Amino acid sequence: MMTSKISDNKRTDIPVNPIRELLSEVTLTAALSMLVLLVFLVVVLFAPWLAPHPEDAILTDESFAYSSAEFWLGSDFLGRDVFSRLLYGTRVTLTVAFLIAVVAFSLGCAFGFLAAVKRGWVDSVLSRVVDVLISFPAIMVALIVIAALGSSIPVLVVTVALIDATRVFRVARALGMDIVVQDYVEAARVRGEGMGWIIWHEILPNAIAPLAAEFGIRFTYAILFISALSFLGLGVQPPNADLGVMVKENMQGLLYETYTPIYPAVCIAMVTLSVNLLVDWYLKTTDAALPEEL
Amino acid sequence: MASGDHSVLFIDKLAVQARDRRGKTIPIVEEISFSINSGKVTALIGESGSGKTTIALACLGYARPGCEIVSGEVRLSSTDILSLSNADCRKLRGRDIAYIAQSAVAAFNSAWTIDRQVIESALLHKLMNRKAALDKARRLYRELDLPEPDSIGKRYPHQVSGGQLQRLMAAMAMMCDPQLLILDEPTTALDVTTQIEVLLSFKKLIQNNQTSAIYVSHDLAVVAQIADDILVLKDGRIVESGPVESIIENPQHPYTRELIGAAHVMPEQLPEARSMPTVDAGGNVAVDVAVGVGEQPYTPLLTIASVTAGYGRQHRYLALHDINLEVHSGRTLGVIGESGSGKTTLARVVSGLMQLKSGQVDLAGQRLDDSVERRDRDTLRHIQFAFQMADVALNPCHKVSKIIGRPLQFYFDMDEESMNHRTAELLELVELPAGYANRFPRQLSGGERQRVNLARALAADPQLIICDEITSALDTVVAKAILKLLKNLQAQLNVSYLFISHDLSVIANIADTIAVMRDGEVVEFGLTRDVMTPPLHPYTRLLLDSVPEMRTDWLESSIGLANVEGK
Repeated sequence: MMTSKISDNKRTDIPVNPIRELLSEVTLTAALSMLVLLVFLVVVLFAPWLAPHPEDAILTDESFAYSSAEFWLGSDFLGRDVFSRLLYGTRVTLTVAFLIAVVAFSLGCAFGFLAAVKRGWVDSVLSRVVDVLISFPAIMVALIVIAALGSSIPVLVVTVALIDATRVFRVARALGMDIVVQDYVEAARVRGEGMGWIIWHEILPNAIAPLAAEFGIRFTYAILFISALSFLGLGVQPPNADLGVMVKENMQGLLYETYTPIYPAVCIAMVTLSVNLLVDWYLKTTDAALPEEL
Repeated sequence: MASGDHSVLFIDKLAVQARDRRGKTIPIVEEISFSINSGKVTALIGESGSGKTTIALACLGYARPGCEIVSGEVRLSSTDILSLSNADCRKLRGRDIAYIAQSAVAAFNSAWTIDRQVIESALLHKLMNRKAALDKARRLYRELDLPEPDSIGKRYPHQVSGGQLQRLMAAMAMMCDPQLLILDEPTTALDVTTQIEVLLSFKKLIQNNQTSAIYVSHDLAVVAQIADDILVLKDGRIVESGPVESIIENPQHPYTRELIGAAHVMPEQLPEARSMPTVDAGGNVAVDVAVGVGEQPYTPLLTIASVTAGYGRQHRYLALHDINLEVHSGRTLGVIGESGSGKTTLARVVSGLMQLKSGQVDLAGQRLDDSVERRDRDTLRHIQFAFQMADVALNPCHKVSKIIGRPLQFYFDMDEESMNHRTAELLELVELPAGYANRFPRQLSGGERQRVNLARALAADPQLIICDEITSALDTVVAKAILKLLKNLQAQLNVSYLFISHDLSVIANIADTIAVMRDGEVVEFGLTRDVMTPPLHPYTRLLLDSVPEMRTDWLESSIGLANVEGK
């Protein structure tokens, strides 16, 4: 064999499974974060079966009852079961946040990569539009749009996703800019490949690691944002539960020395913290980096 | 300055290893023992990954991140470097041991003047005051034959040329009169004609100051000009050592012989001239029987006619000026020139990545559209591009099967089965095992990647492959194998190459016709044997004379030649 002359002793011989490789380097923090997120995933998927009581049934006359065998985390200001509402609320909040992140990513990546590939006036126009959008305070834009269109879950998802997409656009554009100048993209161009192939097959796989990390960050941002909107009364509408709504509804419970509004707040904190810790670990182990120039 | 036993540097059983994230250790170098006497230059020779730089850095008491010096002794005069604390090591570095890196451009801070950076180490080690340091810097500039030695230091790094910057870095290194100077591939990134000047300055500097030095390089011919002793490294071990003359004239180890055999030397005999169409004075084309076109008027495969192109708005900065070239079917056109001569721009024009200002490019008599986006698929198929850096030319996320399979699918619309079959054939053609189809580029060595790069180009079944410096980033032994492969492929497939290189010895080995480029113009174009045999064009002569030869007196003799020519 001719190739035996080519000396190289540092080559790994068997193709490795990247996911297995990643999992072999799990730290304690990462493992705990994964565990927490797994519990929340189960809640999202199976809330109606896990909840001991219906979401919106008023079960007792007593507001802000303490924990008991029947009401594990007590009752809320209307006498509904806090534990059951917490399960349903988590389900709604996380699902909506996930949808927002997915929509924001699809839009942001598509336009960001388009700007990176096309450059010139396409890039200028897209970037300036995003500059304008990004210069408005996010919560203000959301408040105006939702006030005008009325609050429903589709409106909420589209509005917040659009705001989020501007941030994703900048990340995707910066990553794309670095990748399109690589010779393998040039090779695809010389071959005569269309833009679809270049974005989907040449750029995206090489940007996936930092984008996955950015997805985590955007997801937590979406949780916080819709919780904030719900707290302001423009998010998910009662009687449906949502973590932000639950904090708002039960705020006065603090005056009666109950923990009711603390539980949903703790849930929000646990999810966002876990996702962020997991992202940090992921970035560190894969050596992926988010672009500096955003 | 030297200690009692005259050895300035003494290394005994040095071992350095790398540790990956899971704590697994990989030896980088092992069992390294040698010493350097006062005023002598020792060269570390080997291919990439042989541990040259690791040893050089260990002399500074430094290991790269992820590496550690595990055992052995490194002594500078009477100081045991490995037992020093970090703070003591810092005092030593720059004062007693100085380092000259491969890329001076990356080593200088572009925001500060040159003087400020050159004298920094002397001020930092409190060896002299500012005025004395500046005086000394000027003296060194003069010694290094730098132009305007009194004012060059007031410039910024981007205001001097690459070769000058490399010499300025030597001045920086010599500021504190170090006992040991470490030169890590200091001329590798330079053009041949610049390399010769820099090499000469370094040699003079080392001789005048009686400095001991370690010279790290992969190029035996360069090392032969400057070193007293040579250590040949392979896979982190010394395979052969001795004085320069004995290594070059009488190599013992097979690996050393292989290195010498693959070195960039001009072929003793130019490749036998193959039949080519010739144009007589009247412009009539006489076609050789072998090229045989019969009744039809002969047209070359690729014609580049009066091409002018440039960068910026409306081609403001011209990179190519009135280029006329031809590539014939089944033959190789070698394009040679130094950096900035327009070689790569020419490749981009032919492949349609760059617009023309004027002129035209024809493929087999058909005018090519300027832009790759407007060329039809069949035209695109016939011109393929092989890139210089195979590691960035292959998408790291695609397996070899996809890299080679995509052109098959794209141009020939093959189904899965015939694609796999053809991929295996192509891998065999470039002499790789069929099992490589399942690998990712990072699981291949540099030479193997370049082969995959070629297989991808061949997949399109092209008439012309543009090879842009495809051997420049490879080690000499591997590069030689690639050149041989290219010739075999041409014999089998009758494909033409537009072969671009800055290395005349490579071009002379492979090209049928040569175009010599300078500042965006073709200064000479003709059959290889005509271009390379006297009388030579003065610029071709300069390029030819600048290729280091594998003998120790080449530098002096070639300078003699240059001086004669100058007068």
